[in-house]
Amino acid sequence: MKLFDFWGGVHPAGQKHLSAEQAIQVLPMPSRLHVPLQQHTGRPAVPAVKVGQTVRKGQLLGREQGGVSASVHAPTSGMIVAIGDFTAPHVSGLPLPTITLESDGEDHWLEREPPSDPFALEPEDVAARIGEAGIVGMGGANFPAAVKLSKARQAKVHTLAVNGAECEPYMTCDDRLMRERAEHIVDGIRLMLHALQAPNAVIAIEDNKPEAVASMKAACQPERHIRVVVVPSRYPAGSAKQLIQILTGLETPAGGRGTDTGVLVHNVGTAYAVHRALRQAHPLISRIITVTGGAVARPQNLEAPIGALVEDLLAFCGGAMEATSRLLMGGPMMGQPLPGTRVPIVKGTNGILALTAAEARLEATPSPCIRCGRCVEACPMGLMPLEMSKRARHDDLDGAEAFGLIDCISCGSCAYVCPSHIPLVQYFEYARGALEARQRAEQKVKETRRLLEQHQARLARVERAKAEAAARRQAEKRQAKAKVGAAA
Amino acid sequence: MIAAVLSLTLLGLALGWVLGLAARYLRVENNPLHEEIQQLLPGVNCGQCGYPGCGGAAEALAASKAPVTLCPPGGPTLVRALAAKLGVAVDRASNSGPPLLAQVNEATCIGCAHCGGRCPTDAIIGAPKQIHGVIQDACIGCGLCVEVCPTECLQLRPVTPVLKNWHWPKPTLSFGV
Repeated sequence: MKLFDFWGGVHPAGQKHLSAEQAIQVLPMPSRLHVPLQQHTGRPAVPAVKVGQTVRKGQLLGREQGGVSASVHAPTSGMIVAIGDFTAPHVSGLPLPTITLESDGEDHWLEREPPSDPFALEPEDVAARIGEAGIVGMGGANFPAAVKLSKARQAKVHTLAVNGAECEPYMTCDDRLMRERAEHIVDGIRLMLHALQAPNAVIAIEDNKPEAVASMKAACQPERHIRVVVVPSRYPAGSAKQLIQILTGLETPAGGRGTDTGVLVHNVGTAYAVHRALRQAHPLISRIITVTGGAVARPQNLEAPIGALVEDLLAFCGGAMEATSRLLMGGPMMGQPLPGTRVPIVKGTNGILALTAAEARLEATPSPCIRCGRCVEACPMGLMPLEMSKRARHDDLDGAEAFGLIDCISCGSCAYVCPSHIPLVQYFEYARGALEARQRAEQKVKETRRLLEQHQARLARVERAKAEAAARRQAEKRQAKAKVGAAA
Repeated sequence: MIAAVLSLTLLGLALGWVLGLAARYLRVENNPLHEEIQQLLPGVNCGQCGYPGCGGAAEALAASKAPVTLCPPGGPTLVRALAAKLGVAVDRASNSGPPLLAQVNEATCIGCAHCGGRCPTDAIIGAPKQIHGVIQDACIGCGLCVEVCPTECLQLRPVTPVLKNWHWPKPTLSFGV
């Protein structure tokens, strides 16, 4: 298969050797699990249980709201002890509505019945079951998978690209999954193809994972329409838009979606979750997470229940050492700093990274931009980070937007190569957030106008009703008088 | 009878004609800018700017007697729109603090229902003798309700940050801008 190239990109040190040889281990069930009701893009789930209720493993905890939304399920059996705010795995440290479940240690499954032959189901039904299982994109975008599949089927997508590139340094969860559970992934891909009604699938794996390539190739042997493609290792080859470009040579239009090119990208972890949902009727209640970094005593790949605390995972890996200078959820390029270790892991968590000061490059102090243009060379989206950051710094949001701020995928390649160590991505995140805040304010002004009009209309209505009532009373009085007069 | 009807009719017509002429020839020229500015303002007449309603504020703005940041309910959107309309630079420093919205302290609300009647956007809910509440999405922080609350349970407070609206702050770098 002919491969294409994408512009820019960087070659950060892989550091995958820390955890790549560690087989997936199951995290012992923590005594308490904190399951946030919003772990996905879109609307939060609505609690379907009450405090004090006992639940079985796999039982629905939060029901999706329809539209772009996803359900959450109980990762083990036990009792609901709280429904309320709990710190979100987010840099702000702000809370999210969360269901807290106390494990009873029994791990009793809910009675469940997988379909005898999922391929006999209608494509919509397959997508519906994927939705019921609460599956979201597990590569990091957290978009509800059923919605993505249905939309792609309507858009007549011809190829499913299964993303096993795992270009983030340190991360090895997809690698281990492909090595150990290749057949399940391939089965998930076949099911997704059925839901999509698409003919072909391509599994893209970076060339730094030869074992995963071999294992996936062996699993794909009987399937002629599913192919394994080895792509060169270059960050961010695992980003959906760049992966499409590597496979097809087509660039996703600015402001468009990947499916505009006829290709749908799904992560290998999502394919595995789809297999579990349709073959065993397992909802998405656990996932593979890489716990690694120079400050972790024993880096490992864990299969952990959703809602386990980061401290539980770190403790199982021998604890994070004193030297931890930065704790991230995700990889070093795109991961987000955590407010602490008492935050739950969620469906989109692919790794916990505890970095030492040397790894985090904390000694680097930012200095002014020298306009060398290395960020422009590195940007895989073909943008000009130096121009965008300059405008963001001066709060010229429209200017930053005109330079393509919305098309930035926050991959961090520009900040990685910047010789002045300017926190470019933070500038872009700030500008994007400020733009959204501005749009919200504009929306509010519009809404205020509407409310004001309605308020005035209501007052007029009340006034009119009062006048009508008064007229009616007078008419009644007159009638009564006339009657009295007639009787007399 | 006929004389009375006729004389009154004629009198009415004559006076009407005079009024019509006066309206045409003695008309006071209004500043068109005043109208345009009033269109931009929220129109809730809350008086937080210190002028009698949005009309007064528009007049002061048209005469360049008031800063474009005078209207708290309008927020930064209005500031930008006014600055563009009047061709002035926005003084960022004068943009005071985070937005404030009305909040009810349930412990001291007596359900007098005075506040609901004053709210220009119908953001306050609650029946008489029941605890009242403010719909945060509809509140514009004009403070009209705060004035009438007999127990001071209604207060303007900064909005509690939520995850949905949070965004990264601008990096603060030692070498300045």
